[in-house]
Amino acid sequence: MGFYFAQFLTGLANASSLFLIASGLSIIFGVTRIVNFAHGSLYMLGAYFAYTLITTLDAGGFGFWTGVILAALIVAVIGAVIEILVLRRIYRAPELFQLVATFGVLLIIQDVTLAIWGAEDLLGPRAPGLSRAVRIFGEPIPEYDIALIIIGPVVLGLIWLLFSRTRWGVLVRAATQDREMVGALGVNQRWLFTSAFMVGAFLAGLGGALQVPRESVSLLMDLSIIGEAFVVVVIGGMGSVTGAFVAAVIISVLNAFGVLVFPQISLVLPFLVMAVVLIVRPYGLFGTAASAHGPPTVPEAPMKPMSIAGIAVVAAAVALVALLPRLDDGFILVLMIDVLIAMLFAASLHFLMGVGGMVSFGHAAYFGLGAYAAALAVKALGLPMLAAMAFGPLVAALGAMIFGWFCVRLSGVYLAMLTLAAAQILWGVTFQWQSVTGGDDGILGVWPARWASSKPAFFYLALVLSVAGLVLIRHLAHSPFGYVLRGGRDSPIRTEAIGIDLRAHQWLGFILAGAFAGLAGVLFAFSKGSVFPDALSIGQSIDGLIMVLLGGVQALIGPIFGASAFVLLEDYISRLDYWRAILGGVILVIVLAAPNGIAGGLSGLWQLVRGGRKTGERA
Amino acid sequence: MSVLSVSNLSKSFGGVDAVRDVSFALGAAEFLALIGPNGAGKTTCFNMLNGYIRPDRGSVTLEGVELVGRKPRAVWRMGVGRTFQITQTFPSMTVRENVQMALISHHRRTLNMTRRATRLYAEEADTLLARVGMAEEAARPCAELAYGDLKRLELAIALAHRPKVLLMDEPTAGMAPSERIALMALTGEIIKSEGVSVLFTEHDMDVVFTHAHRILVLNRGTLIAEGTGPEIRANPMVQEVYLGGGTVFKGEANDA
Repeated sequence: MGFYFAQFLTGLANASSLFLIASGLSIIFGVTRIVNFAHGSLYMLGAYFAYTLITTLDAGGFGFWTGVILAALIVAVIGAVIEILVLRRIYRAPELFQLVATFGVLLIIQDVTLAIWGAEDLLGPRAPGLSRAVRIFGEPIPEYDIALIIIGPVVLGLIWLLFSRTRWGVLVRAATQDREMVGALGVNQRWLFTSAFMVGAFLAGLGGALQVPRESVSLLMDLSIIGEAFVVVVIGGMGSVTGAFVAAVIISVLNAFGVLVFPQISLVLPFLVMAVVLIVRPYGLFGTAASAHGPPTVPEAPMKPMSIAGIAVVAAAVALVALLPRLDDGFILVLMIDVLIAMLFAASLHFLMGVGGMVSFGHAAYFGLGAYAAALAVKALGLPMLAAMAFGPLVAALGAMIFGWFCVRLSGVYLAMLTLAAAQILWGVTFQWQSVTGGDDGILGVWPARWASSKPAFFYLALVLSVAGLVLIRHLAHSPFGYVLRGGRDSPIRTEAIGIDLRAHQWLGFILAGAFAGLAGVLFAFSKGSVFPDALSIGQSIDGLIMVLLGGVQALIGPIFGASAFVLLEDYISRLDYWRAILGGVILVIVLAAPNGIAGGLSGLWQLVRGGRKTGERA
Repeated sequence: MSVLSVSNLSKSFGGVDAVRDVSFALGAAEFLALIGPNGAGKTTCFNMLNGYIRPDRGSVTLEGVELVGRKPRAVWRMGVGRTFQITQTFPSMTVRENVQMALISHHRRTLNMTRRATRLYAEEADTLLARVGMAEEAARPCAELAYGDLKRLELAIALAHRPKVLLMDEPTAGMAPSERIALMALTGEIIKSEGVSVLFTEHDMDVVFTHAHRILVLNRGTLIAEGTGPEIRANPMVQEVYLGGGTVFKGEANDA
């Protein structure tokens, strides 16, 4: 009995930490409609600042708590800087831009933190006066945990007071309901958004600072918390602070007991709970339908079939690439295979989100499924390479079929979050299921068949499969089926009103996108000769999103440019010091300066040239 | 000879009766208006005919076949088309492609992955666009259209499935007076040439009394009058609803 109660209290203490970060995330989303990927970074910064302040001030209980509050305040100021420099410029951009931009901020903060505090984990002091344990039902409970259990509800109460009893809170709630109206009433929205972002950043910083006595401060804190924080916000309902509290308690307490039954559950449990909640309540426990969507986007131009000249240019480009093995059969060829795989992966993601309007934050799931299925087909089932290459996309399609069935029931941010959850569940499974997947050690020795084992031979195989995949995806986008997906993206109401079962079509689209991503994964596995859980990590999903964004969401040709540019860029800057910060900076520049991507920029240039020519003729 | 029969249609939201025991029939090639003050239950009524809202009680039959319990897309398949109060079109497609989409669905080719969508039923789409006077606009991006043109486009989309019944929710809302007359005249022509029956809701009484063959008046969820233009004009209950205060129905409300 005492043991279970202690476990329950541990769960509640964890819930408090989780609530602090999730409430900030939820407030920021509620007001600005931005899914802030960099929120984990603010949490991490809170911990680092608190560590420095506490160890410098070193004045007992007063110094500790002063340090914690000061750290949170510093993070709030950093939040304001981020909001003013970056987010303010992308409030009207689609969700994808915002996610990728905040991911850029995350990368920069990672390297800045590394530069200031170094790569070593830092072990902070215990909280003065709260460093011992009390016995409850005979079980030792750390005093600090009890303090956290109290702090959580106190902060919830303070947030409630702030939102219901101050003029500021009323304005923020009004802005959450109707931004234009609040603007029309003469309220300075810029200031309102900045201050709301500061409050969210303060809470994240506070959450991080309060973790110092509980865990070592490390550079991994940002990404390790962000997945769970997203889940809590989604379960609670985006924008609802009370929901975040309830969800944090549910997740943490379930986790505390779940690990007793099945120790590995902590990696997947939050995502499983989220999947169940979203199916029963598609907008989370306390969310409403209105909170699912970001701002409407500018409609894209009607699609045009490729002109004869365009086909000729593409054919010439493919022919040129095919000549590559004559020039070099070493490093450049390997890099080119990477580019081809990335193109196929990015195009499959673009088909899902650009054509189908279903933004996936976890498309790596199907890339990884394909890679693992092919690797296991070779290693465990002893299948020949070509059979394994067919097996991979099939398994990826099957995975997309299962997860897609749930995902297409949602839309907007909720759909994106559920795809993220699906990817995290799969990542957790591959990571934990060592006997089959090899866990962290991955699967090694996945080499191509003898006839394809030379670099040029495998290059041609990759070229044929990628180009075939890209042509097929393009063809699909122009087919009646592709038009139905575009229609569903433009107007779900109209699509249903002309007798189309949109969900069924979206489901099929999801499956097809998964199969193509699986094919890319298969090629990846054979080109590297190994597969690791990284193949289905958040990082891989984000890479895909950056490629699509880089190329331009509104152009079918975009992913091809985006993937090439990304792979080449990453290959170059990953050799530099602080390459994360550089990559983050590049991402921000692209999002802020060229929101239509490379393809959009090129077509803009083309129009400029053509327009110029026409006026020239007239003159 | 009615095409669409509605009997005892009822729906309440949280104890408030939005629509109560509404019964009427829509005849072949009839142009029937459903009017009433704001909050009278017109839209709820409409949404029940389409399958967007499931009624608590009552039935809707199309040529004798029950529609209640079917999804909107199934209702459309059976021959009930609709246009929306706020137009719903595909802005990232051309005007012609918008109609082609409806035709692709009509011909059950939505799962086709081999053909090029823009090559399917292009002529059929142009014929429909010509029918609503939009032939010139066929190649334009839908996002560029003026509001009145969007309404006409919706009409062409609705005609793609050769509906028996067309439901038009506030077809002239937000349009200039001249546009209103043109759109309703066009609808009238279509009723004559295609033999389709139209039920529409409308706030503009000029439009209603000029074009509708017959008028239904809804107030507080119940049908209070039914008849031709002159009959409705002369009906004292209708006059009270539109001209007098809301108190005249006190007695009725208490009875319920």
